[in-house]
Amino acid sequence: MQPVLEVKNVTVRFGGVTAVDNASLTINRGDLIGFVGPNGAGKTTLMRVITGIVKPQEGEVLLEGGSLLGMSINQRIRAGLALAQQIVQPLRAMTLLENVALACGAAKTSNPLVAMRSFDRSAENQRAMELLTRVGLKDAAHSEPSKLPLGYLKRLEVARALALNPKLLLLDEPLAGLNQSEAQSLADLIKTLNADGLTILLIEHNLREVMRICPQVYVQELGRSLAFGPAKEIMARPDVIRAYLGGTVDA
Amino acid sequence: MAYEITLITSMAISVLFALSLNFITGFCGQISLGHAAFMGVGAYTTAAMMKAGVPFIATIPVAAVLAGCLGVLVGIASLRVRHDFLAITTMGVVFLFVGIVRQQDFLGGEIGISGIQASSFGRIGFMAFCLLLAAAFAVFSLVIKRSWMGFVFDSIADNEDVSRVLGIDVSKYKLIAFVVGTAAAGVAGSLYAQQFRFVGPDSFGFVESVSVLAMVIVGGIGSVWGVAVAAAGLSVMPLMIQFVDDYKILVYSALLFSMMRWAPDGLAGIVNRSVKRIRRRS
Repeated sequence: MQPVLEVKNVTVRFGGVTAVDNASLTINRGDLIGFVGPNGAGKTTLMRVITGIVKPQEGEVLLEGGSLLGMSINQRIRAGLALAQQIVQPLRAMTLLENVALACGAAKTSNPLVAMRSFDRSAENQRAMELLTRVGLKDAAHSEPSKLPLGYLKRLEVARALALNPKLLLLDEPLAGLNQSEAQSLADLIKTLNADGLTILLIEHNLREVMRICPQVYVQELGRSLAFGPAKEIMARPDVIRAYLGGTVDA
Repeated sequence: MAYEITLITSMAISVLFALSLNFITGFCGQISLGHAAFMGVGAYTTAAMMKAGVPFIATIPVAAVLAGCLGVLVGIASLRVRHDFLAITTMGVVFLFVGIVRQQDFLGGEIGISGIQASSFGRIGFMAFCLLLAAAFAVFSLVIKRSWMGFVFDSIADNEDVSRVLGIDVSKYKLIAFVVGTAAAGVAGSLYAQQFRFVGPDSFGFVESVSVLAMVIVGGIGSVWGVAVAAAGLSVMPLMIQFVDDYKILVYSALLFSMMRWAPDGLAGIVNRSVKRIRRRS
């Protein structure tokens, strides 16, 4: 079976600093992969290579076999990526429902000439309501984002990403800034989405939740791929523990 | 009666001009401090063509196309700049425009082009024509605002990075806003040339660009009726009140300042809030 996403030997240098060094990662359909690593491991940089914000000096990124390099971020989104960002960015002048409905209208907004002649929003509003219900925001659908707490906006990011019907959902630290119970319930949601067939790459610092919901983890250290495989096995490896805790570990 | 006709005609031209900027700045959130340049392109096109014997009505589409083409160029150049930088870039455009026009003999240089023929409409017919065009563009604006294109414009004005993450081709939509807005400004310029029978480089400079921005801001950025009302009001004020005419820039700037300070959402915002308050009370 063809992988959903392949990152092949990607290297990114910023001046003299090598942020990502020959990293490779393969994501298959239906995977839920936890992408972990200590601070400065180049996680965000690799994510930015996938979304197209950072251009790699070497290597390739393929989505279902087609190269993404040279495509702008909006083209990559149209090709099947969706992104929930670490720093929540709601469209502040719109309600949550409108935020999601706009993403649902991708078929209408891809061509401005079609957008100009389309007025009906009922189908998109209905689908947006379903998605908001799914992420537990039904009651806040008509609220404005500025009046809502962070936990809601993190879920809005997820709902908006789902609205794009992605082949691969990229989640950048969705649990950061949430309290334990909020984090746990959002992690449960991520697990359910995956169980329903969505392929997900989850960058996350909250190891406890990653270990709880992700069958597989990908560990990066100092820009290099350190380990990739079943979560429990990998996190028991001495070199992974060393990367996280520093120094040597005596067995 | 002749005075009222002149007044209403100028008003209609100002409304069309202000609504054309509103399409770019109000709908799509792209600030422009050089919008008068596009009106200038339209005005000079009509003036030069009519001098060469082309009938007025035939010059309007040419004025729109030329202004729109310059709009595309400026739009493409502006795609990489935002906010304050876009304001400075567009300001540069209007200085460039005036600077270039001044040096062209075929455009009359410093003196401009005078003695433009009257159209075959007659005074009243021309007034009706201007009103019709202003009304048509207002209706077009309202329709776009309600469409999915308006929805996308809202998102770009709100946060263009988010629009990109939602798969929207921001550059394409911005260019469309620039083309539509600048072409409409070209038409307004065409009408201006016919109204005054004279065009000169000083009529389309930085001051005029700020004046039209003042109309948009006083009316309420993005609100079609608010901008139309403000443009109508601000354009006739100098004609009706001598003091305003003498101190036009002072009055406009004071209005601009007060609006930004106390009611950044303009007349439209003030009215909307008052209506809400009255409804809540009853």
